[in-house]
Formats: sequence, C-alpha cells, structure tokens
Amino acid sequence: MAKMNYRKRLIDFDKRTVESPDGETFEVNPMQDYYCDAKPKVHPPSKIAPLETFYNWCRAESIFILGFGTGCGAIEMRPLMGPMYDASRFGVFWRPTPRQSTVFFIGGYASVKTLKRIVRSYEQMQGPKWVFAVCSCTINGGMYFDSYNTINRLDHYIPVDVYVTGCMPRPEAILDGIDTLKKRIKEGRGEGANKYAKNFEWYKANQKKIIKDWDMPDYNW
Amino acid sequence: METVLKNVRDRYNVLHETHTHGVFITVSPNDVIGLLAYLKNVEGFTHLVLLTAVDWIEENQFQLTWLVNNPVLKQEMGIRAFIERSVWPEESVMDSAHHLWPAAKTYQRELHEMFGIDFPDSPEVNEPLILEYWDQLPPYRRDFDTKKYSEETYFPREGRYTRDPKTHMEAKLYAREGKKQ
Repeated sequence: MAKMNYRKRLIDFDKRTVESPDGETFEVNPMQDYYCDAKPKVHPPSKIAPLETFYNWCRAESIFILGFGTGCGAIEMRPLMGPMYDASRFGVFWRPTPRQSTVFFIGGYASVKTLKRIVRSYEQMQGPKWVFAVCSCTINGGMYFDSYNTINRLDHYIPVDVYVTGCMPRPEAILDGIDTLKKRIKEGRGEGANKYAKNFEWYKANQKKIIKDWDMPDYNW
Repeated sequence: METVLKNVRDRYNVLHETHTHGVFITVSPNDVIGLLAYLKNVEGFTHLVLLTAVDWIEENQFQLTWLVNNPVLKQEMGIRAFIERSVWPEESVMDSAHHLWPAAKTYQRELHEMFGIDFPDSPEVNEPLILEYWDQLPPYRRDFDTKKYSEETYFPREGRYTRDPKTHMEAKLYAREGKKQ
C-alpha cells in the first residue's frame, strides 16, 4: 500500500492548490507551461544623465557572454577563455544560461534549426542585452550564401550591435570587437533590446517566415 | 576478399563490379537486403559504415550505396543498387535495413528527408531530422535550385559580386604585358 502511494506521488499531474513559503495560496497545473506572454517594452534611459552614464559604465565593464556556440566561429571563444588571450582581463565572462548573460555571441552561420534556438535564447535574456555577431556568415551568408538551410542576414531576425568580419576572425579581432561594443554601450548607443521591442512585429514576421514549426510562445522570457 | 566475392557471385546476380578504389558491387534492389544479411551473418561484415545516395537525374535513377566493414579481417565493401527516381511529391521506395543494423534508421531518415526516398517500416522515418518540417522538393535532389530558394527566402544582402577566375587572374598576373591571347 505504501508503494502504491509512492507511485501515485511520482505521476501526480493533477491541478492542485499550493501554499507558498510566504503564506500565499495559488493554483498550480503541472501540465501547463508557464511563461510571460506580454510583448517586450522599450526601456527609456534614466532621467538623471550622470546616473545613466554610471549605469552604462557598469554594463560595459561586466560583459557576460552566453556560452552557446551556434556555428563554427564559436571555436574562437575557447582561446579567449584560456590564458593566452584571457578575456576576463576586460571584464568578459561566460555564463551557462541566458538568464544570467547580457551578450549573445553568434559564432558564424545560423541554420534555420539553430535560429529557432537563437531566437528563444535571445528572448530569455534579460535586458539590456546586446548581440555580438562574428564571421562573414552572419553578415551576408558568407560561403553559405546560396545554402537552402542557412540564413543570410542575422539582423533581419534579431538586432545586432557589433559585427566582426572574417572567416573566421582571430581572437585579437574579437577582443577589438568587444572593445567597440564597450565603447558603444558607454556612449549609450547599445540599444539593441529597445530596437527589438520597437520593431517587434517586423522581426517576428521575418522569423515566422522561415521557422515553419512555430511551437513556442511569441515571447517567452 | 576473393573468396568473399566468389561466394557472392555464386549466390547473387552481380550486375557490375569495380576494384579501382575499393570493392564495389552492383546488384538489383531486390537482392540488396538479402546480400547485406548474408555478408553480415556469414562473411563477417558486421559493421555498417554508411548508407548514402546519389541523384543521377539524367538516367532517372537514384544510386544507393551501403558500405560494410569486416572489423576482424579489416576488409571493406560497397554494395550499390539503382532504384527508380520518382517525381516529387511521390517518393521512391527501398527496403529498410534497420533489422540488421539499428543505426541504419538514422541514414534512412536522412535520405527520406534529403532525397525523398522512403523506407517503409523503418522506425521514425517520417520524423524531421535536420530540416524541421520541410514542405518542398527535397533539397539534395538535383532539380532543387538552392540559390534561387536562398534568394527568395533569406534576404540576401546587396553588394555580393563574383569574378570570372580566368580573366581576373590574367588581368592580375599579366597586367604589364597587356592583354594575353
């Protein structure tokens, strides 16, 4: 009988009322996905100008990169992590989850299957967020410009702040790109997330044009 | 290897044989699965290296190639079969080899997706592998125009141009000597 109860607890997918540690009671349905379906909003800069400068300095000096290798150029992230080029000197670190990261490093070509995951990860990142695209493939398709399965321009699907050309770029070029990104953020020009929120319909239409099995919520952060 | 080939010739109708780059034998599509089972169970070719296809659009045929390997004697052999090339959206049909090697199901899924060759009763053969819900002509067929599709779908950026390699290199290398004939 005790075994029966144990089994029942393992496969209990019924609706139930749960009490939180704060004493609040709410209903939970384990068979339902919980996500935010609100559209992204434009976040205006702080009204106090010196404070915004300070915020931007903080953002620029602690760049957390999402460790998601989307293409062959992602191999260039590894020497940056190691002692040879040691990107942590410049306040650059890698994070394992989109929730903790601020910069999305797109390493090279993005196939349609990967783009779906890129969009999903990008939307899960918390703003302000920036996209750092390396290799020719993100700019104009590179050597995969006529491929049936590889996108040509990344900036039609998510907003890109800094491009680094090359096939593939050397780690020095990527460090230079990170420097450019820092300058842009400090000048208050890193407005990728706001651009995405402003032109949300256009980006979504472009994404849905090529991602045929759209089985995720429109905005899922 | 000669004894293996002799045994195969005795048992099956071998249509064609090449020995230039490895041993490749061509048999009719109905004989293939039986031959593969014979090679696996009797001759010791226990490892399926790959299964792939070639689109011979002029002959209206698909060429299927199974590469099998004998890990004990370090021998490798290719088995070829030509099947009729169907007109999309009809699919060409071939017998599945997943009961001999479970790994064959992945190759068969890929061929189903990329060439439109169906392998009935192969597990998960209708599920998408690389392309997710592709609804057009399979892209590895040679009548699929990949450049046209890319230009229509993926927003090509202006400014890409190509040079003719011959004239470009001539102009670059022999610029001082004037135009070379």
